[in-house]
Amino acid sequence: MKKQKTFSTHHALFVKKVRNENILVWFLRFFILIALLGFWELFAYVGLIDSFITSSPSIIVKTIINLFANDNLLYHVGITLYETILGFLIASALGYIIALILWWSERLRRILEPYIVVLNSLPKIALGPLIIIWFGSGSKAIIFMAILIGIIVAIITMLNGFLEADDGKILLLKSMGANKFQILIKLIIPGSTATLISMLKINVGMAWIGSIMGEYLVSRAGLGYLIVYGGQVFKLDLVMASTVVLCILATLMYAVVAMLEKTIIKYKN
Amino acid sequence: MKKILQIENVALTYQTLTDEITAINDLSFDCNDGEFLSIIGPSGCGKTTILSLIAGLIKHTSGKILIDEKPINIKNNDMGYMLQKDQLFPWRTIEKNVYLPLEIKRKLSDENKNYALSLLEKYGLKDFVKKYPSQLSGGMRQRVALIRTLVSNPKILLLDEPFSALDYQTRLAVCDDVYKIIKAERKTAVLVTHDISEALSMSDIIIVLSDRPAKVKSIHHPNLNGDTPLRKRESENFGFWFEKIWKELN
Repeated sequence: MKKQKTFSTHHALFVKKVRNENILVWFLRFFILIALLGFWELFAYVGLIDSFITSSPSIIVKTIINLFANDNLLYHVGITLYETILGFLIASALGYIIALILWWSERLRRILEPYIVVLNSLPKIALGPLIIIWFGSGSKAIIFMAILIGIIVAIITMLNGFLEADDGKILLLKSMGANKFQILIKLIIPGSTATLISMLKINVGMAWIGSIMGEYLVSRAGLGYLIVYGGQVFKLDLVMASTVVLCILATLMYAVVAMLEKTIIKYKN
Repeated sequence: MKKILQIENVALTYQTLTDEITAINDLSFDCNDGEFLSIIGPSGCGKTTILSLIAGLIKHTSGKILIDEKPINIKNNDMGYMLQKDQLFPWRTIEKNVYLPLEIKRKLSDENKNYALSLLEKYGLKDFVKKYPSQLSGGMRQRVALIRTLVSNPKILLLDEPFSALDYQTRLAVCDDVYKIIKAERKTAVLVTHDISEALSMSDIIIVLSDRPAKVKSIHHPNLNGDTPLRKRESENFGFWFEKIWKELN
C-alpha cells in the first residue's frame, strides 16, 4: 500500500534538524555524566575534596570489583533482588485482586474507603518495629515491608483504572444482556492494561523502597545492609559502591516492565 | 402489518434524596415491523430514557412495553443498541468487535461468525477485518458499530443520536449509509435525535415529545419522496414538514 513519495529539500532539512537535535541531547547527557565523574575524580586526586568522605569514581569501581571478587557482591545482590522481586510480585498481584473485589462491590468499596485512605497516608516505615517482632529479623520481615508499601498504591491505582471504564461501553454491554462477570472479563480487565502497566512501574519503585528500608531496619545481608553497615563503620566507599549497584539494578527492573509494556499494548500502534 | 413495538401508558418516576422526579408520564405509541420511527423532543425531555426502557435497561414504573406482543426480557433481548460514540473496543480488531454481542449471548458459532463476516464484506469492510478501530475513519467506525448491532439479528435497532459525534459532511454520508443498511436488512429502527432534518430524512414516523415529564405531543407520517435520506432532504415538502415540526418543538 505504501507509495514511493518524493520529498522537497525542505523535508531533508527538517529531518536533519530533528536528527541533530537528538544527537545534541545524547551528547549533552553523556557530557554531564563524564564531566561529573571527571571533576569528582580530579578533585579527589588533587585533594580539593576529601575522598574519605566523598569517595571517588576510581575507588568505587575498585570497591565493586573487590566485592565481586570476594563473592560477596552477588550474594548481597541476590538477597536484595529476591526480596524486592517477591515483594513486587506479591504486592502487585494482591493489590490487583483486592482492587477487582472493590470494583465488584460498591458497598465494600464505601465501607473500606476510610481504611484505605488512612493506610495510604500512614508512613509504613513506622510499622517497622512491629514487623520485626511479628516476622523476626530476616527476609520475611523485609518482604512484608515491601508488600506493605506497594500494595496500597497498587489497590488505589488499579481501582481508579477499573472505575474509569467508559459508561457508554458498560451500557452497550448491558444492552447485549451482559452480566457483571462478562462486563469484568470483556471490558474492565482488558480496558485497564495501560493502568496495570503504570501500576507496575510505580510498584517497581515502591518495592525497592520497601526492601531497602526493610534492610536498613533489620537485615544481616543485602545491599541495604551494606549501605547501613558501610555508614556505621565509616566505609563510605562501600556505601557509594552499593548505591551505584542499586541504581543499576533498579533501572534494569524498570526497563523490564517498560519492555513488557511494549509487548502488551500492541493495538496502540 | 405486525406491531413489533407497543408502548402503552408508560410512566417512569425516579427517586433522589431530595426529590421524586416524573421523567415520563403516560407515554403511548407503537411501531410496525420494518418501520423507521424517530423520537424528537426538547433536550432533557427523556428521549434517551425511553430507549433505555425499550432496551430493558431501566424498569418502568407503570404501563406496558411489548416487543412482538411479549413483555421485555433483558436476559434474552432482541435489541441492537447504537450509541452516540461508536464505542468500539480499541484493543479488539474489527472482526472481534463485531463478534462481541455473540460472545455475550454465548452464540459464537461458526455460522454466526460467518454471518458477521458476510455483513462486514457486504458493507465494504472486508479489508479492515483484522485492523484495529484506531486505523479506521469516524464514518467507517460508525458503520462497524451498526454491523455489531446487526450480527445478533435483533428485532429492533435502537439508535441514540448515533451521528451527533460526527462532523457535518461525514454525518450526512453516514446517515445515508446507515439508512441503506437498515433498509437492506429490513430492520425496525427507533431513532432518538434532536435534529429535525435528520429525523425527517430517515423516518416513516416521527414522534414529537413534550417537555419533561415526556408525553407524546404529536405523531407525524412525513411520507417524503426519495429513497435515501439525502434525496428526501431535497424533496419539495421537506421545508413544509421542517417548519411544522420546528413550530411544535417551540
